[in-house]
Amino acid sequence: MLSFNDIKKNLKKDASGYKKIKIAILSDSASQLLNIAIKGHGYTAGLNFEIYEADYNQVDLQIFDADSELYRFDPDFIFINRSTERLLKDFYKKGLGEQSNYAEQVAAITRNYYNTISSRLRSRIIINTFPEIDDSVFGNFAAKTASSFLFQLRKTNLLLMELGQDAKDLFICDLAALQSQLGYRFVFDPKMYLNADMVYSIDFLPYIAKNITDIISSINGSFKKCLILDLDNTTWGGIIGDDGMEGIQLGHLGTGKIYTDLQLWAKQLKQRGIILAVCSKNTDEIAREPFISHPDMELRIEDIAVFVANWETKVDNIRHIQSILNIGFDAMVFLDDNPFEREMVKSAIPGITVPDLPEDPSEYLIYLRGLNLFETASFTDEDIQRTKQYQEEAQRNILQQRFTDEHSFLQDLGMLADVKPFDKFTIPRVAQLTQRSNQFNLRTIRYSEEDITRIAASPDFYTLSLSLEDRFGHHGLIGIIVLKKEDEHTLFIDSWIMSCRVLKRGMEDFTLNTIMELAAAHHFKKVVGEYIPTKKNGIVKDHYAHLGFEPDGNNWVIDVAKYMERVSFITAKNKLWTSTRS
Amino acid sequence: MDFDTILKQVNDIFIDILDNNDIKLTPATTAKDIEEWDSLNHIQLVVAIEKHFKLRFNSAEITRWKNVGDMCQAIKDRTGN
Repeated sequence: MLSFNDIKKNLKKDASGYKKIKIAILSDSASQLLNIAIKGHGYTAGLNFEIYEADYNQVDLQIFDADSELYRFDPDFIFINRSTERLLKDFYKKGLGEQSNYAEQVAAITRNYYNTISSRLRSRIIINTFPEIDDSVFGNFAAKTASSFLFQLRKTNLLLMELGQDAKDLFICDLAALQSQLGYRFVFDPKMYLNADMVYSIDFLPYIAKNITDIISSINGSFKKCLILDLDNTTWGGIIGDDGMEGIQLGHLGTGKIYTDLQLWAKQLKQRGIILAVCSKNTDEIAREPFISHPDMELRIEDIAVFVANWETKVDNIRHIQSILNIGFDAMVFLDDNPFEREMVKSAIPGITVPDLPEDPSEYLIYLRGLNLFETASFTDEDIQRTKQYQEEAQRNILQQRFTDEHSFLQDLGMLADVKPFDKFTIPRVAQLTQRSNQFNLRTIRYSEEDITRIAASPDFYTLSLSLEDRFGHHGLIGIIVLKKEDEHTLFIDSWIMSCRVLKRGMEDFTLNTIMELAAAHHFKKVVGEYIPTKKNGIVKDHYAHLGFEPDGNNWVIDVAKYMERVSFITAKNKLWTSTRS
Repeated sequence: MDFDTILKQVNDIFIDILDNNDIKLTPATTAKDIEEWDSLNHIQLVVAIEKHFKLRFNSAEITRWKNVGDMCQAIKDRTGN
């Protein structure tokens, strides 16, 4: 972890080339240093945080006064930072009756904050869980006494987490979890509390700042999607090529527990949508064997989306994995026990995350947990399916190699598309795609679930979600289109996003045919598209030109009456979308 | 540790925390003499000094220091020689 002083020095650096994000900090304790830490940490994540820091202890005033600086600042994010120290004092002022339902009161106030802000701004709101303070008024009996502070504090945290279930634009910085990792005496410095009314120690500030930055980055589409594992002495103890199946340490054998625990963790990550890959210097057949037949392997061959074991360099092999998965290197984490391999990968592949694993393998897991590598801003059913989809992709690659002619390959795939307007089942995935797609994304407009719900219900928009299947399996929802009625003649392509999993399938042609059909059915005369360049969406720079649009200032335009249907090997499963709204 | 050694090390801490290479402390230096030495930075200086010399000041004493000399003397008293 960077020190506060290192982070502070970032404030003197020029962040103007980075993406600007406006953050308001409302705090019930002195927040000057917190402000510095968050701003400085933004710089290390390549973000330019512009921060409005409310005056000391003005949370209510800023939120409930419609004229406040908060609303004039119109931030992208609002961090409402409340301390357990203040909560405790407030709790002590209540009578016994009120103390017994104190958690409900705090939750109600928080809900009120959220609703009030949401009615006036589109900002995402970040609150924190309350780190525990045991006031030792009841001793251990507090844990079974509903009117004790500790009981109410824990219940408050649980209620805040429940509030987060349906308040989609509410995010929670889990300071309680951080404190349980680091300890109260690390988090809280009584001298700073006394002299400056600051509730976080200097050493803890970078941790909060990192977590806030992690949350914001993941909402902005920057997060890890893939974990690449080395095998010998990383996934199991020992060397498979030398020690053999019986000799590698797993389960109860030797230091096997370490590796079994690490595998269980990786398997949980897979279950939540992280793609697992293997990159090992080994003979392929020997390296695969434990995944197929070792009884103590938690990770099985079907858990691994891409398995690469050979004697090429790890750098080449990770590039190969990247080309199959088609995700950015900055979305990859590579685990390897060998410092030499780590350095080689780090220096040759910018952007990839390569944790410096501790020397002692028994420290691996606790170290990795502490890094918070896998922050995410959403979790949908699609995440669970991901490994299977990438494995199917590998099979398609093999099929493609058999065909010299691209058209016969596409025909042979037997692709079927399911096209329909956004509905309550697809809205979470649609919002997620707008948040996480960086490459095939023409305008990179990020939408929350609530934004998408509004758009889906608005008469000014047409929406299309596109799912694709072929004879190898389902790709799931891989394309979304948001069309805005500019006027009675003009349809504007507000969002055109596709998953890179389905590039080179003619999905673009099929999608445009669909858009044009919809435009004609609703008597529009022209369709207008726009490309807004970002660092990552260079692949769609010439998208509209390729599809036959004509340049028109900064935009691209195509005439509905003159449109010639494009050749596509994708069949529409239904035509539901044309009849939905007129 | 003698007083001058302490002063020199405290000087290095000031340079690092206040991010100003020109700082030259004397026992008589006060917060008025150094532009960056405000109350916020003072907190960080105290924490950094505690960490460097591996000691803990008493909360009350840090408000009594009038100048760098008092600060260094407090460190000398606590490091015990």
